[in-house]
Amino acid sequence: MAGLHIDKINKSYGPARVLADIDLSIVDGEFVVLVGPSGCGKSTLLRMIAGLDAPTSGDIFIGNRLVNALAPAERKIAMVFQSYALYPHMDVRKNMTFGLKFTGVEPSERERRVAEAARMLRLEDLLGRYPRDLSGGQRQRVAIGRAIVREPDVFLFDEPLSNLDAALRVSTRVEIARLHRLLGATMVYVTHDQIEAMTLADRIVVMNQGQIEQVGKPLELYYTPANLFVAGFIGSPAMNFFPAEVESIEGDKVRAKGPTIARVTLPAGSLTRGSKLTIGVRPEHLTAGAPGDFSTTGAVELVERLGEASYAHVRRADDKLMVAEIRGRDTPAPGQTVTFSAPAEDVHVFDEAGRRL
Amino acid sequence: MLNQPARSLGVHIILIAYSALALGPILLVVMNSFKARNAIFGAPLAPPNATTFSLVGYAKVFKASLIGTYFANSLIVTLVSMFLVLLFGAMAAWALTEYKFRGSTALALFLSIGIMVPIRLGSVAILKMMRAAGLNDTLTALILVYVAQGLPMSIFILSEFVQQIPKDLRDAARCDGVPETRIFFEVIAPLLRPAIATVAVFTIVPIWNDLWFPLILTSSDSTHTITLGVQQFLGQYITDWNSVLAALSMAILPVVAIYVIFSRQLISGLTAGAVK
Ligand SMILES: Nc1ncnc2c1ncn2[C@@H]1O[C@H](COP(=O)(O)OP(=O)(O)OP(=O)(O)O)[C@@H](O)[C@H]1O
Ligand SMILES: [Mg+2]
Repeated sequence: MAGLHIDKINKSYGPARVLADIDLSIVDGEFVVLVGPSGCGKSTLLRMIAGLDAPTSGDIFIGNRLVNALAPAERKIAMVFQSYALYPHMDVRKNMTFGLKFTGVEPSERERRVAEAARMLRLEDLLGRYPRDLSGGQRQRVAIGRAIVREPDVFLFDEPLSNLDAALRVSTRVEIARLHRLLGATMVYVTHDQIEAMTLADRIVVMNQGQIEQVGKPLELYYTPANLFVAGFIGSPAMNFFPAEVESIEGDKVRAKGPTIARVTLPAGSLTRGSKLTIGVRPEHLTAGAPGDFSTTGAVELVERLGEASYAHVRRADDKLMVAEIRGRDTPAPGQTVTFSAPAEDVHVFDEAGRRL
Repeated sequence: MLNQPARSLGVHIILIAYSALALGPILLVVMNSFKARNAIFGAPLAPPNATTFSLVGYAKVFKASLIGTYFANSLIVTLVSMFLVLLFGAMAAWALTEYKFRGSTALALFLSIGIMVPIRLGSVAILKMMRAAGLNDTLTALILVYVAQGLPMSIFILSEFVQQIPKDLRDAARCDGVPETRIFFEVIAPLLRPAIATVAVFTIVPIWNDLWFPLILTSSDSTHTITLGVQQFLGQYITDWNSVLAALSMAILPVVAIYVIFSRQLISGLTAGAVK
């Protein structure tokens, strides 16, 4: 068991800088999820932790051990790939034991580990099968089993569930959460899926263009996003943004105004008159009709009914669309003009540079 | 634009004509090898019947020549060359695609030049070299030449296949702690089997059929290959057609056998289940 410490990692491919000064500390046993848009460098970072790629500069420590110069096998990590990467010409048992041969694990110990992993992942009946005869979910479980038998200090997952269908994704996600509790190992998990990130993570790392935007507990990221990027990235449907300008400061209250905002009252901070702001409100925090510290008006263009809630797509005064979540059966009709409001505690305020105020 | 049935008919006619052209002479050789001398000349296109059937050619070949030795020589040379071409070809293909080192591009380029330049252009130099090395009139000389002849194409074809193997497999093996040589032999090479079978067929046919290098590099009976051995029945004044045809018919067999063995491997889709 070991934590993980990443110190000023940089990676460039020629002139292209893929990772820039990444610092990250992960404590022993923590489940950390890396999220970010496609191409932001998540896989690259994971491969560097695994030792499959070398950083251009910077240090990686696994359990206080500098591992920069160590081969993947010596780092005591195991990686699960999006494509599963099972050895196609070996059966399930061989897939799991193949690597152990080379790391000096006794045959009897190998058998014990395979039996245990197979029991944990319900693979007992599949040990003699070849990967081509397995379903996607079974293949992924074998891939996870192959990682488990190595008894690594750190598990690395690169979008392990993205090739599975929705139902299987949910059940395998639960399985991974259970494994984490059972093994208590450090896990670093890359995903595109917000729900996976929110449900699995002890902490989420939001990356963008090779940099870390914010690290925090799932609800921290949801309730107090550090900047516009995180605010827009975490949460689905995404947060609505409204441009605004500080109009007046009265005691501890600030009134700001924008082309699409009828009213917003905010707690005074370091704001001064004339400061440009971006106001963010999540769709689920907008309420139709009721008065609030924040309010905006628009014409409903489309209503998506999901059952437990409906999403109203609303055309604002600046011709952009915003989304409001509507609970219950009463949904506005398309074409109707509706005023939405939100209480001050659900209003996020960002300064001109996009930082949270 | 031709419509579908007409086009397919056209394609079939061309293919049938080509097959007849390719198979005709072989059929003629095999057929006539089972006939008496008079019948070969009397009705060369007729299949053997009760009166013309004769095994005299085969009998003479076995009695009068070292056909067993020739056969063995051909087999040794062909199989050893094939083995080395496949081994080194696959290893080089893997190394050139997988490891980027100084001069790797130049090396790949150099090797592909070998595809374009016929090795026979170097016959004189090869002969001198083999003399100097004391390898004249040995099977080793032939094997060395054939390995050099077969390698460029084999590296070229195998590189294409190596590139198609998912990179994740190699990465998974590295994470698993599999040493690099074992990754090649136990993960990559098994997945290259269909490609290796293809290259094997491409490699052995020209080696088995080659007359040129045995002719210039071997001089004694004990190192002759089957193609060279057959020549002794072709005289300047009289040619023993029974024996020539019998020997040629037998020479076809091993190639066919090897082809049958490898064609079973020529199935693709072996990587099914590796990824996705
Ligand atoms: N070998 C390479 N050479 C050049 N550029 C590379 C190489 N590998 C990755 N990159 C670049 O690095 C960036 C980050 O890639 P990476 O695979 O880490 O993204 P990612 O965050 O995992 O994306 P995704 O979510 O789509 O998997 C991309 O812009 C990619 O083009
Ligand atoms: Mg990726």
